[in-house]
Amino acid sequence: MTSPAADDAPVVFSDVDMAFEDRHVLRGFSCRFARDKISVILGGSGSGKTTILRLIGGLVHPQRGRIVVAGEDISELSETQMYGVRRKLGMMFQGGALLDSLTIFDNLAFPLREHTSMTENEITTEVHRQLAAVGLSEVDDLLPGQLSGGMIRRAALARAIIRQPEILLCDEPFSGLDPVSVKRIEALLRRINRQLGVTMLVSSHHIPSTMRMADQVVLLQNAQAVTGSPSELAHHSDPRVAGFLNEETDESIDQSERRSPAP
Amino acid sequence: MIALVQELGAAVIRFIVHLGRIAIFAVYVARAALTPPNRLRVFIAELFNLGVLSLVIICVCGLAVGMVLGLQGYNTLVRFGAEQSLGAVVGLSLIRELGPVLTALLATGRAGSATTAEIGTMVATEQLDGLRMMSINPIHLVVMPKTFAMVCVMPLLSALFIVFGLGGGYLVGVVLMGLDGGTYVSSLQGAVDYYDDVAGSLLKALVFGVLVGLIATYRGYTCAPTSAGVSSATTSTVVVASVSVLIFDYFITALWGV
Repeated sequence: MTSPAADDAPVVFSDVDMAFEDRHVLRGFSCRFARDKISVILGGSGSGKTTILRLIGGLVHPQRGRIVVAGEDISELSETQMYGVRRKLGMMFQGGALLDSLTIFDNLAFPLREHTSMTENEITTEVHRQLAAVGLSEVDDLLPGQLSGGMIRRAALARAIIRQPEILLCDEPFSGLDPVSVKRIEALLRRINRQLGVTMLVSSHHIPSTMRMADQVVLLQNAQAVTGSPSELAHHSDPRVAGFLNEETDESIDQSERRSPAP
Repeated sequence: MIALVQELGAAVIRFIVHLGRIAIFAVYVARAALTPPNRLRVFIAELFNLGVLSLVIICVCGLAVGMVLGLQGYNTLVRFGAEQSLGAVVGLSLIRELGPVLTALLATGRAGSATTAEIGTMVATEQLDGLRMMSINPIHLVVMPKTFAMVCVMPLLSALFIVFGLGGGYLVGVVLMGLDGGTYVSSLQGAVDYYDDVAGSLLKALVFGVLVGLIATYRGYTCAPTSAGVSSATTSTVVVASVSVLIFDYFITALWGV
C-alpha cells in the first residue's frame, strides 16, 4: 500500500504505539523524517531511539499505528514481504553486527554476493573502494574481533552503504567512542549523506554531535516526541526540552568526563 | 493447593506452546531447504563442524562402551556356559539401543550445545538482525544448514559408534578373555538382522538427529539476547534434547519394535 505522505517523506510514523510487555516506549508517536536529510533521534537511555530504527527495519512490530517506509506501509507486512523493503535500507548497528566468523572483506562482500550478479573482481574492487571511503585499508583479512570499536563502526557503516540504500539507519554510532573517533564517524556520516543523497536516521544520545550534524532532531521524552531543527529545539518553550539539550550543548559533560581521572 | 494446580497448568500450557512453536519452526526450516539459493558450501562446513569434529569423542566412547559390554557380558554369560553368545549380546545391545541413544546424547553435549551457543551469540550480538536487514533470511543461511547437517551426521556417527563398540567387545572377549574370534563374529552375524536391527537403528538415529538438530537451533534462535540468555539456552538444549531422545527412544521401540 502506498501512502500519499510517502511522496515527500521516505519514513512516516502515524500514531504509533509500541510497548514491551507493560513498558510503553512510544505512545501515539507521529513523525515524518525528511528526504535526503540527516535526522537524529535523541533521548536518554531506554527512551525508544533504537526501537524507532528497529520499527523502520521491521525487526519489531508496533501494537498500533502505521509506519510507511520508502512508499510501503510496513505495519502489516509479513517477514517475507519485508525483505523487499529492506533492500532499500541499510543499517549500521550499535555493536556493528558484523558476522564474526567472516573477515572484514567477506563481511562487506557478503551482501553483494547474495544480491547481485557482480563478478568476484568487481566485488573486490567495490569492497576496497568502500573500505577506503571509510578510512579502513589493509584490514581485509582481519576478523571483526581484531578491530577496535571505532573501526568496527566504520566497517559496519561501509557494509550498510555498499548496496547504496535509499535510507540509512545508524544506531548509536558514537556511543563508547573516544572524541577523535566520534568526530571521524560524524564527518563520515555527513559526507555519505552529501555524496550519496541518502536519507539518514541516526539514533544518538551524544548531544554535541547531534547539534552539529542534524538537519532535523526528534527528541524522545516520556514516550512522546518533540521535533524541530537543532536551533529550534535549543530554544524550545518546554523547559524540559531546552534543559535536555542545553545541559550538554556546551559540552560540559564531555569536558567533565575528560577532566575526571580514570578509575 | 490451588496455586500448585495453577502452576502445573501453566507449565503444561508453556510446554504445549513450545511444542507448537518448534513445529512452526520446523516448517520454516523445511521450507527454507526448498528455497533458492542452495547453501551447499555452508552445509558442508556444518557437516565438518558437527560430524568430523565429533569423530574422536564418538570413536573413543564407542570403544569404551563396547569394551564394558564385552567384559560385563562375558562375566555374566560364562556363568551359564553361554560365552559363545557374546557377539550377539554386544551386537544387539549396541545396534538396537546403545549406539543410536548414546551417540545422540554425545552429539547433544558436543555439537548440539555448540550449535545453540553459536546461534544464541549471533542473536545477542545482533548478527541475525544484521542478516535480516541485508534481506537475508537467517533461517535459510544459519539454521537450515545446521539442522540438516545434524540430521545427516547422526546416523553416520551412530554407525561409527557401533563399529567401534563391536571392536571394543571383540578386543575384550577375544583378545583378553580368550574367546574364539570366529565364534564372536558368527554369533554376531547370526543374531543381527539387517532390516529389523541395522536399518531400524539407523532410523532411530535419523529421528534423534531431527530432534537434536531442531531443539538446538530453536533454543539458540529464540534465546534472550544476553549472555545469561545464551548460557540458559545452551543448558536447556542439553537437558531438553537428552530427555526427548530417551522418551522418543521408548516410543520408537514400543511402537515399531526397533
